[in-house]
Amino acid sequence: MRFVLAGQPNSGKSSIFNSIAGYRSATANFPKSSISFTTTKALIAGREVEVVDLPGIYSLTSSDAVAGPAERYLLDEKYDLIINVVDASRLGRSLELTFQLLEFNRPMIVALNMMDEARRRGSEIDHQELSRQLGVPVVTTTSRLGMGLKQLFREGLRHAVFAVPAVSPTYDREVEDAIGRVVTLIDSRDSVPGVPARLVATKLLESDPHLSLRAYRLAPDLEAGVAEVGSLLESTHGWSADQVVSGSRHALAHAVEERVVTHQRPDVGWRDRVDLLLLNQWTGGPLMVAILAGFFWAVFGVGRRVEAPLGEAFNWLQGSVADQFVPGSLAATVADGLVMGLGGGVAIVLPYLIPFLIGLAILEDTGYLPRLAYILDSFMHRIGLHGKSVLPLILGYGCSVPAIMSTRILESEKDRRITAALTSFIPCSARTVVIFGLVAAFMGPLWALAIYLLNIFVVVVLGTVMAKWMKGASPGLVLEIPELSLPDLKTLSAKTWLALKEFIVIAWPLLIASSIVLGVLEWAHAADSINALLSPITVWLLGLPVAVGMTLVFGVLRKELTLVMLVQALGTTEVNTVMTTQQLLTFTLFVVFYVPCIATIAVLAKQLGWRGAAMISGITVVVAMIVSVAGRIAYGLFS
Amino acid sequence: MMTLDAVGIHREARVIMIDGGQKIRSYLNTLGIHIGDWLTVVQRAPFRGPVLVEIHGTRVALGRGVASKIQVDMDGVVRQLSGTMEAVGAGK
Ligand SMILES: Nc1nc2c(ncn2[C@@H]2O[C@H](COP(=O)(O)OP(=O)(O)O)[C@@H](O)[C@H]2O)c(=O)[nH]1
Ligand SMILES: [Mg+2]
Repeated sequence: MRFVLAGQPNSGKSSIFNSIAGYRSATANFPKSSISFTTTKALIAGREVEVVDLPGIYSLTSSDAVAGPAERYLLDEKYDLIINVVDASRLGRSLELTFQLLEFNRPMIVALNMMDEARRRGSEIDHQELSRQLGVPVVTTTSRLGMGLKQLFREGLRHAVFAVPAVSPTYDREVEDAIGRVVTLIDSRDSVPGVPARLVATKLLESDPHLSLRAYRLAPDLEAGVAEVGSLLESTHGWSADQVVSGSRHALAHAVEERVVTHQRPDVGWRDRVDLLLLNQWTGGPLMVAILAGFFWAVFGVGRRVEAPLGEAFNWLQGSVADQFVPGSLAATVADGLVMGLGGGVAIVLPYLIPFLIGLAILEDTGYLPRLAYILDSFMHRIGLHGKSVLPLILGYGCSVPAIMSTRILESEKDRRITAALTSFIPCSARTVVIFGLVAAFMGPLWALAIYLLNIFVVVVLGTVMAKWMKGASPGLVLEIPELSLPDLKTLSAKTWLALKEFIVIAWPLLIASSIVLGVLEWAHAADSINALLSPITVWLLGLPVAVGMTLVFGVLRKELTLVMLVQALGTTEVNTVMTTQQLLTFTLFVVFYVPCIATIAVLAKQLGWRGAAMISGITVVVAMIVSVAGRIAYGLFS
Repeated sequence: MMTLDAVGIHREARVIMIDGGQKIRSYLNTLGIHIGDWLTVVQRAPFRGPVLVEIHGTRVALGRGVASKIQVDMDGVVRQLSGTMEAVGAGK
């Protein structure tokens, strides 16, 4: 048995999914937060069921000839039940999708979710009447509190076992006539295999690019017929066929909403008051600066306090392990590499990584990110993008890989490409670890802040250049702003853990292995030749110790490696005793800008093609050299 | 008739036409913005930033470019979905 969770963005699909899957699918309080789908197996009343969490869609009509993953899944895959997750506090709009899902004529059940939110807004919903109107079971849930979910899956299972198909809704008479006529045209031709003819007919009348392409490829003569029916509809209504059909569905959705919802006075809570300030034209900007600065200081403050004692413990451990071996032997080198890799992860990376990930999760789950997109829209227009690009860019401060994948929330190809390229320049949490561990720790937090600002400046310049250079139009910002919400502790810790696991499972072993490899290379004096090869850049251009060459090579694997390797190459965590502050600054600048890690290059290649990815990587090296040399010279002049 | 980007804060307006082709129209439709709908302008960002509108209990940010393509009416003349093509046509 296979159940699919389908619904509009932010309706709580992933929350429902996680309730049976454990924390597997990232929840976030902004639209289209789920980029691809996740599946899990669960036992429901003793039966094994596969549950699929699809990305949110507002409508089945795709905006591109290439349908999104959710539309494709619903059209082409096999499943036994659609669980349509509906945001009860936005019932009218959500029902527009529900009506389209009914047209699949598959077993379906509605999860009327966010009941707490609806109640807070003063809506009383008669879910039994809603069930009668839709002809499918409706179960009320509050997925955040885990309420109603057991019943939802039980009811879903029963419905799927009996395999009761959903019945298509009935629209205006004229629309029904038009759909009927197109269905006759389609006739017995399996225009889109496995999809009910009525659904295809509706979508053809709505000029859905994806289904039109598919249907007309198999039945080219259909196109003229549909156009004729469409123009008839247009001549009686005065609007194009797509507007008449979607308008009719809209009217039906709101008619049903009116029947089942009784409105009372909503409570104006603290959230509405805070939101008024966050989005206000006078206070919104200053509050944004304050929030981001507070975030920065909190990460630094926590990280520094934790790092100091851990660093001492680490030095002690390193010393006592070294005592066990003959100095200079291979065994001592391997042991030292092992300690470095293990301890480096705990003492150097984690103190800044953990508070950073928690902070980012808070920003995501409170719903502040879409507000940033709203506030920064006019600024982004100056770069030639618009506010929505802010979302991937901010996510880029966490990890470039999912951030670059999230560029698919942008509608235009041009915006997607530019934003993906720019996102790879944003210092991810690994680079943040380097910035905090070297510059903030040894030079002060203001210097670290300066690096972030410099980075934003570089991104703005690059974005402006790319926008001038690439062709294509962008529709501009259209973005739903969800309600603010308090992040709850369970989601927050689960989410931080999910991101942290990625470090522990992938980066840490890599760190340990690289540490040992570096140790052995140094022991065999093989590192020297690579360092010598890189010395024109490292020593001559950047004025760094020759030993950093290898660390930069390892940094291409993971950016955290540069920091841990640096400590190892120099033989001390007191890096400032071996390198001058000018060198620390130059090194950090170079690390922040040069080649994003291998994983990032791979997703870039997926989004932009290998040529694009290679070009971006090339640009990053050039930019890194320019910025770090400029930093080196400027620092030399002013200190 | 005016466009949405010219509507002041806290004013209500009714969508009467969406310019700019089927793509942008269907995009707005999916967010629940249709011809005939009432919306309220909640905020207007400075520096020609977006307008924030409330429609059917949801808040949607619309960039000025998009807002300037949405023709609205503030006098409350009701135009039904069907049969009043003259009124819409006349406003063009
Ligand atoms: N008030 C309330 N919030 C919820 C509920 N379910 C989910 N949320 C929140 O709504 C946001 C979106 O949820 P998510 O599961 O990511 O939605 P998806 O986009 O449909 O996968 C998150 O911030 C959730 O914490 C609920 O029942 N009540
Ligand atoms: Mg989701």
